[in-house]
Amino acid sequence: MPQFLEHSGTSWQGQNVKHTPSLIDRLDPRLRVVLVSVFAVVTVLSQSFMSLSMAAAMGLLLALLAQLNIKRTLRRVLAMDMFMIFLIILLPFTTPGETWFEVAGLSASKAGFLHALMILLKAHAVVLALLAMVGTLSATTLGHALARLRVPDKLVHLMLFTVRYLEVIGQEYKRMRRAMQARAFVLRTNRHTWRAIGYLVGMLLVHSLERSERIMAAMKCRGYQGKFYLFDDMTFTRQDVTFSLLFVPCLGLLIGMNFL
Amino acid sequence: MNEQATLIQVTALSYRYPRRGVVLDDVDFALEVGERVALTGPNGAGKTTLLHLLVGLKKPKAGEVWAFGSTRKTEKEFIEVRARAGFLFQDPDDQLFCPTVLEDVAFGPLNLGKSRAEALQIAEDTLASLGMAGFEQRITHQLSGGEKRMITLACVLAMEPDVLLLDEPSNALDTKARQRLIDTLLKLPQAMIIISHDQDLVSQLATRELCLEDGKLCEPVSDTYLPPNLKSA
Repeated sequence: MPQFLEHSGTSWQGQNVKHTPSLIDRLDPRLRVVLVSVFAVVTVLSQSFMSLSMAAAMGLLLALLAQLNIKRTLRRVLAMDMFMIFLIILLPFTTPGETWFEVAGLSASKAGFLHALMILLKAHAVVLALLAMVGTLSATTLGHALARLRVPDKLVHLMLFTVRYLEVIGQEYKRMRRAMQARAFVLRTNRHTWRAIGYLVGMLLVHSLERSERIMAAMKCRGYQGKFYLFDDMTFTRQDVTFSLLFVPCLGLLIGMNFL
Repeated sequence: MNEQATLIQVTALSYRYPRRGVVLDDVDFALEVGERVALTGPNGAGKTTLLHLLVGLKKPKAGEVWAFGSTRKTEKEFIEVRARAGFLFQDPDDQLFCPTVLEDVAFGPLNLGKSRAEALQIAEDTLASLGMAGFEQRITHQLSGGEKRMITLACVLAMEPDVLLLDEPSNALDTKARQRLIDTLLKLPQAMIIISHDQDLVSQLATRELCLEDGKLCEPVSDTYLPPNLKSA
C-alpha cells in the first residue's frame, strides 16, 4: 500500500505527523465534532451552487485556519478524488437531459455535468472541513469527545481499542509476512499464493481473537467491571463561544442560500 | 500451617483442556506472607493456567481456591482476589491498552473506586517509586520492551496488591532491563509467585522453588536441578 494511503484523515500523536498548533486546536473537541457534523449535513443537503461554493470556501478557510500541512492535505484530498473520478466522468453521460457535447456517439448532458460539479464541491467542502476540525484531533481525544457527546460506550471503546491495537496487529502481520519471505515466498498468481495468503489472513484473525481474550483477562485482573473512566476535562471556553457565534450564522447563511 | 500467614491456598486443584488433556492433576499449594515462590517447568506444563485459576480467569474442573480469608468460587468472589493479587502478564502489550501511560496506571485504582484525583496521584507516585517518573504522557505502544515491563509493573503495583503473580517477567528483556527488574522486585514487600525459565532470576529472587511437571507440583531435586555448566549460562 502506498505510504499516503496507510492512514486516512486522522492523525494521532503516535504517528509523528508534523502539525503546528493553530486556532482550531484551542477549541473544545466536542464543539468541533458537533459543528463539523452539522456543517457536513447542511452541505450535503444543499442544492444551490451559491451555497455550495460558499461551503467549499468555508472548508478552505477552516483548512487555512487549522494550518494544515498543504502537501499532506493535498495527498488526502487527491486520494478521495481518485475514488470519485469515475463517478464524475460518467455522470454527464448517464444523466438524461439537453445534449452538451458528444464523444464517440455518446452524448453528455449539461444537467449531468452540473450534478457532477455539485458532488465535487460537496465532497471537497466536507473533506476539508473534516480534516481541519476533526483530523487535527488525536484519535484518543476524538474518542473521548464522542463519549462525552453521549455516543454509545461500545462504539467509543471499539474505536479506542482499534487505535491502540491496530499497530500491534499490523506488526503481527508484518512479522508473519517477513517469516514467509524468509522462506522464499513470492506473491504469484497461483493457487499456492492464494492459499498462503488465506492462511496468513486466517492466522491474523485467530491471533487477534486470542489477543483480545488475553487483553480482556488482563483488564479483569485489574478490576475492570465494564466501566471506563475518562480523564480529560473538556471545558467550553470563551473562545468556543466566539467561534460558535461566527460559525453558526455562516451555517444559517448556507441554508438560506438554498431558498433564494 | 499457620492460617494467619497463608495468603492463597489451593487444594486438590485439577484442570484439563479439551485437546491438551490434563495439565493440573490434584495440585496442592500454599503461598505464605513474604514468600517468593519460583514456578518452573517445561513449556505447556500449565504454569500460566495455575495462575489463571488463582485469580478466577479459568474455573477449576475440581478442587478449591482459598484466598485472603475465604473460599473463592464465583466470578464475584474473585473480583476481590484480583484486586489483591496483582497479575503481570507475559506479554506487556496485552496489559497496556490505554493510549497513555498515566491512564493505564490509573486504570486499576479507578476500578477500585478511587476518585480521579486520588487515582492520578497514586499513578504518579507509583511511577516515581519505580523510577519511571516522566513517562506519564508517553504513548504505551511506543515504549521499549524494558519500559513496557516496568510500566506494567507500575500498573499492577498501583492497585497496592498483597501478592504479585508474575508470568515470565524477564521474557525478552536485555541484561540491563532484566537486572533493573530483579532489583525492583527484590525491594518489594509483596509475596510473589514467579513463573520463569530464567535460572539466574530465580536464584536471585526465589525463596522457594517448585516445579510443575505432568500435572504435579514437586520440589526440584535440590541444587542439581540444572547441571552447573548450564546454570552459569
